[in-house]
Amino acid sequence: MRRVLQSVPLLVIISLLMFALLHLVPGGPLSAYLENPNVRPEDITRLRAALGLDRSLGVQYLSWLGAFVRGDWGYSIADGRPVLGRLVERIPATVELVGASSLLALAVALPAGILAAVHRGFDRASSVVAIAGISLPVFWFGLVLQLVFAITLGWFPSSGRASFGSTGFADRVAHLILPVAVLAAVQAAAWSRYLRRAMIQVLARPFIRAARTRGIRERDVVLRHALPNALAPFVTVVLLDAAMMASGAVVTESVFAWPGVGSLFTEALVKRDYPVLMALLLCGAIAVMALNLVADLAVRAIDPRIREDA
Amino acid sequence: MSTPTIGPHAGRAVRSRSRLARTPATAALFLGALILAAVLAPSLAPHAIDALDLVNRRDAPSLAHWFGTDELGRDVLTRVLLGARVSLAIGLLSALMSAAIGVTVGAVAGYAGRWTDDLLMRLTDAMLSVPRLPLLMLAAAVVQPSVPLLILLVAAAGWMETARVVRAEVQSLAARDFVQSARAIGAHPARVIVRHILPGVVPAATVATTLAIGRGILLESTMSFFGVGVQPPTASWGNMLYQAQTTMTTEPWLAIFPGAFIFATVLACNAVGDVIGPAVPSSRAS
Repeated sequence: MRRVLQSVPLLVIISLLMFALLHLVPGGPLSAYLENPNVRPEDITRLRAALGLDRSLGVQYLSWLGAFVRGDWGYSIADGRPVLGRLVERIPATVELVGASSLLALAVALPAGILAAVHRGFDRASSVVAIAGISLPVFWFGLVLQLVFAITLGWFPSSGRASFGSTGFADRVAHLILPVAVLAAVQAAAWSRYLRRAMIQVLARPFIRAARTRGIRERDVVLRHALPNALAPFVTVVLLDAAMMASGAVVTESVFAWPGVGSLFTEALVKRDYPVLMALLLCGAIAVMALNLVADLAVRAIDPRIREDA
Repeated sequence: MSTPTIGPHAGRAVRSRSRLARTPATAALFLGALILAAVLAPSLAPHAIDALDLVNRRDAPSLAHWFGTDELGRDVLTRVLLGARVSLAIGLLSALMSAAIGVTVGAVAGYAGRWTDDLLMRLTDAMLSVPRLPLLMLAAAVVQPSVPLLILLVAAAGWMETARVVRAEVQSLAARDFVQSARAIGAHPARVIVRHILPGVVPAATVATTLAIGRGILLESTMSFFGVGVQPPTASWGNMLYQAQTTMTTEPWLAIFPGAFIFATVLACNAVGDVIGPAVPSSRAS
């Protein structure tokens, strides 16, 4: 509960930032109409008054914030539909993509991170791969995979979530493979590094040496003594890194024309659809904070010492 | 699992020293060569900057055009070299500015403590919870920045990691005896920070800055790829890829070469950062 209260000032700072940005646009929120020769100057003045844009910035901020809290997020400039509706319809696709790639990344990062912490040769090889993965320009990696596996080899479809008119499960999976590979590569690289570092720190602690001197098998020392202790910091960093994942999802979805929240962002960006952009960023920030809270709770569940302190 | 290779990293220190000798040398050499090539680009480039070869448009890589030509018949190698100036300048300058902001925020927060620390760290947290790339893309769409302004934007979005590392370092240094003595003899806080604390922060800040160079180049290229970064006709590695996606089937070299340079450069920065990282005390404690 204390953490929930702590995040309120954070949200206020972020919303102020967003609001300031919206009004930095030359012409303010009506900029889309200013460039339209069919909209007369007197219409602009009328709209300005009708929408309350002639009030002081402080009053405007408060009414904007109030409307946002009530779920009234305004209308998309691109197609006139409510922002909330456009956002909600995109969520399932993003959940599907991010969920699948997170599972794959975890399946790679867990064994890779543990092995890198205990096996020198593997560490050297996996470090090279992991640092390469972290350094990949996501959009370029997506383009290269499209070129090789979709265009040249023709193994997988190059974009979209399903073929036109097709509802088959195999078709859905085939569309999922390339974007998931791109997103999971970046996640797995970063996550395996986190776990490796957490494991190395734990393995250097005295209780590990004590376990070894008691004659416990090395395998059990690593998996039963060290790993549970490394998981708490690992889970924290993974969830704290959610902002990075959001950036990766935006790029991946756009390159593969995946109809999720991320591609909604770039579509809105091209059309300068500010109401949609603002709502997406604010939701992104709220989602990251929610994940930070989840991280706290998860660590509490994993680590009994923290439970007792509280 | 009792093979000799399994176990704690007894030889970690020794090994990292031997790696210290090789990997960053290659990476640093690559970065150095790249910076040199970027500086000398106008004389190194095989073709004139804006030379249009209208007969050989969309040519595959050949001896005359090593990296091929684009839709206007411009030499891709020439544009990659010139793009290096823009991309590297954005990466380097934004990282230095991020470092300046991050060290200032971190040092003030770590040394002052109490409400100053609270306020600055809440601000840092807030900045960290907005997804960085979308925020930058939105800001760039709004202000339509020139290259110098773009550097400012990337720097403004990249100081938080440095601030956190520096704050932790300053807090541990501030508790040490030599800092306590300086304060005891009545040294001004600004003097204590600049003379006694900041020198100890340099290694940690260097690592954070090295990583920030790579991140800056990635951010710029991604923004330019989506059309909100460096605007044509100025070439940057990112905006060379802007149109490449639509011509991927017919002219893949337009995407492959600039992208490979982004990848290699960011990889080199991260490799250097990774190897000098463990040599820095605070990076172990984070």
